[in-house]
Amino acid sequence: MALDKTIHSAFARATGPENVIDDPVRCRAYECDGLTGYRVVPDLVLLPRDAAAVAAAVRVCAEHGVAFVARGAGTGLSGGALPVADGVVISLSRLRRILEIDPVNRRAVIEPGVTNLEITAAAAPHGLYYAPDPSSQQVCTIGGNVAENSGGAHCLKYGFTTNHVLATEVVLPDGSIVTFGGDSPEQAGPDLRGVFVGSEGTLGITTKITVRLLPTPETVRTLLADFPSIGAAGDVVSDIVAAGIVPAAVEMMDTLAIEAAEQAVHAGYTVGVAAALVVELDGPVEECEVQFDQVKRICDRHGCTRLHIAGSAEERAAIWRGRKAAFAAVGRISPDYFVQDGVVPRTRLGEVLDRIAAMGKAAGLRVANVFHAGDGNLHPLVLYNAAAGETERAERLSAQIAELCVELGGSLSGEHGIGTDKACSMPKMFSRDDLAVMQRVRDAFDPDGLCNPGKVLPTPRLCGERPGPYRPHPLEEAGVIERL
Amino acid sequence: MTTAPAGRGAFDAHRPPERDLLDDCVHCGFCLPTCPTYQLWGEEMDSPRGRIYLMNLAEKGEIGLQGPFHEHIDRCLGCMACVTACPSGVQYDRLLESVRPQLERNVERSRGDRLFRNAIFALFPYKRRLRAAALPGALYQRLRGVPAVRRLAARLPGRLGALESLLPPVNVREAFATLPAHTPAVGERRARVALLSGCVQDVFFHRVNEATVRVLAAEGCDVLVPRDQVCCGALELHAGREDPALGRARRTIETFERLDVDHLVTNVAGCGSSMKEYAHLLADDPEWVERARVFSARVRDVHEVLADLLDDGGPRAPRHPFRGRVAYHDACHLGHAQRVRTQPRAVLRSIPELELVELPEAELCCGSAGIYNLVAPEAAAQLGERKAANVRSVGPTVVVTANPGCLLQIGRHLGTDLPLLHPMQLLDASIRGTAVPVR
Repeated sequence: MALDKTIHSAFARATGPENVIDDPVRCRAYECDGLTGYRVVPDLVLLPRDAAAVAAAVRVCAEHGVAFVARGAGTGLSGGALPVADGVVISLSRLRRILEIDPVNRRAVIEPGVTNLEITAAAAPHGLYYAPDPSSQQVCTIGGNVAENSGGAHCLKYGFTTNHVLATEVVLPDGSIVTFGGDSPEQAGPDLRGVFVGSEGTLGITTKITVRLLPTPETVRTLLADFPSIGAAGDVVSDIVAAGIVPAAVEMMDTLAIEAAEQAVHAGYTVGVAAALVVELDGPVEECEVQFDQVKRICDRHGCTRLHIAGSAEERAAIWRGRKAAFAAVGRISPDYFVQDGVVPRTRLGEVLDRIAAMGKAAGLRVANVFHAGDGNLHPLVLYNAAAGETERAERLSAQIAELCVELGGSLSGEHGIGTDKACSMPKMFSRDDLAVMQRVRDAFDPDGLCNPGKVLPTPRLCGERPGPYRPHPLEEAGVIERL
Repeated sequence: MTTAPAGRGAFDAHRPPERDLLDDCVHCGFCLPTCPTYQLWGEEMDSPRGRIYLMNLAEKGEIGLQGPFHEHIDRCLGCMACVTACPSGVQYDRLLESVRPQLERNVERSRGDRLFRNAIFALFPYKRRLRAAALPGALYQRLRGVPAVRRLAARLPGRLGALESLLPPVNVREAFATLPAHTPAVGERRARVALLSGCVQDVFFHRVNEATVRVLAAEGCDVLVPRDQVCCGALELHAGREDPALGRARRTIETFERLDVDHLVTNVAGCGSSMKEYAHLLADDPEWVERARVFSARVRDVHEVLADLLDDGGPRAPRHPFRGRVAYHDACHLGHAQRVRTQPRAVLRSIPELELVELPEAELCCGSAGIYNLVAPEAAAQLGERKAANVRSVGPTVVVTANPGCLLQIGRHLGTDLPLLHPMQLLDASIRGTAVPVR
């Protein structure tokens, strides 16, 4: 049952009629985010232009009991911005002003629709940058980064989004506007800013963010090293850390991922090699030079077959382009794929990769691996062909891989979030009590359950049947219920 | 109601968008930041990802062509910045090329829109008609100095107003001048080329063609300019008017294929892009497919030819230094569609002391986009303003770009204080040691 006309006009008054999309065809463009397997058509899409309009729209939701889902650039990979049927999508794409760059205090104030890379571009003239760098940084928005507590290759040294957000203005589910955190890094009282960052859009909508900026490192050295086995590359990572070096980034890619990335950007990766490591060091020149030599020796010791050192900013950018385009580039070697995101203790990387390979073989599916090796954050990509009916099998394998990470003492998600995709796996990682506490926190912010419902925490409906194209409910298959 | 036997979903049977090409899109969104309409409006349906999503739905028959689908495809500038940005290798150019003719065939436009578009296509591809229009144009430009006429012009409705203000300074002598059919190479011959003189280019930017011929000759090329050449069909092709575009493609092939030359050269980004596409466009036509393939393989942008000559033996003609900052704007159909980015820069750098500067948001279209600034003047004006601001931000002494559409559009928004040229004009001035022109 769709929303009635009076509610439509209330939204039109809240945001201005030119900022409302109600045509069903246009709304379909919003039916999924970066995870296309889940699709729900929203009843309305709102594109407010400022925080006041966001608050006004949320007040209409509260008043009429309408569920709402915030959306940034729609690049999320866990279905966190999946719309709710008969609900509204609140797109923040028109809140995209950079309000302030404060080079003295090294911070920036921006609206949620500004992209991650735009912050760095605006800060660069002052010799500053914004450190967290998700691979999609050229398109993903800071609002989405805050919601997902996004990471990125350089989070190994610099920390995740939450370590760089000083304050955030939030529209709460009742439509009031509050600010969590403040200009100084440490605030008295409970850390509500910390609760909000990474809450995946379930506690409110951020409308203004103050982030920390860092000075651009004096020097950056980047190398690309090939290895005859994943194990050898893994040992290099362990040895680098054991040597007391804190690299800015250590990334690993396997054969399939290398092949895809090289096809996409021709960045000089060696096609056919078993594993490649991208190691980047940054900081003062002398320190970098000494440590870079150490890293090279470690690589040699573990049978590195080719060591390519970026000789210019362009070469360095090319190496990163290859790495950052890897997910999307896999589209070149497989018609469909799932991007998985799990974490294992770094020491168990070799073990988890062997088991993933065995699971892939058993399922008859290829798995490509791209990962932040330095912090044990894996991104196995399960390749499949939907047209050949492999979807369900791939989905199952993908979920099994995430749960394997938990089994090995890791986490269901490193940086992509739980969203729709992994809500049903949460009980594998958390006890009933853990989940109940999370639910109580959520209820304190959103007592009516209108704010991005169905995400993060498992619900019986969600975990029994999935939104999207029709498929029989398990109970329907068992002959217990029938669809009318 | 039934659809044609081999039609797919809402599309008819003649070249619907290919399923494989649609499936290439993984919905990652990397195209959003470089899409001009997404930059303007922030709406998913006006992004490449959203448009492909809608194409997908139409191909599955879940939505029709009329209405929202048509509108959002119409709003695409066809700049192909998304093709450059896409890590998955989605061929949006091919998708758009098949969808636009589908819309032209199957969707009824409003009467006003139809008449306006018909008028555009009855004028621009015809050199003679453009020349005829240039006469009252020149007269009008003198009259524009009269306050009453200016006031009247300011009241023209949107699209006509755009047409009026884009009107380049018309020089009657130039509009009617023709290039020599044969210009011999200066000194020993290094190559033999044939030049497409273009329609708008030859009437409104004849000086660019003259400069191009002089530069090519000075660099050791014999330059042929066939007199019987017609419009290459680029404007119609990019607007989805497939049949007339293919007719012009065949005539252009006929005219040029019999010439004994190394390269078919163009100095217009849009024309080069479409001529390189002929092989694909005529792929279904057994009589023409091979001829089109041979033709397309010989097409080069003038900068490609000159950059090759620079690599192969360096500059022939001595250059006079140019002391100034030159901002090079990548025309979309040169940078994104033909992937020609390094060559124009290399050619400009062959001018001593010239300082080349890059523009912020270089990948973003200026809003010209074929006939876009005529049919969607408001969006085009916003993009033009943005481009002009980006150009001013780098403080150039001269701005250069290799497409007449961009020259008109940027010129309109940049004002007249900055010289705005085709790179060939700057190079020509450097070789001849003459003053750098303003337009």
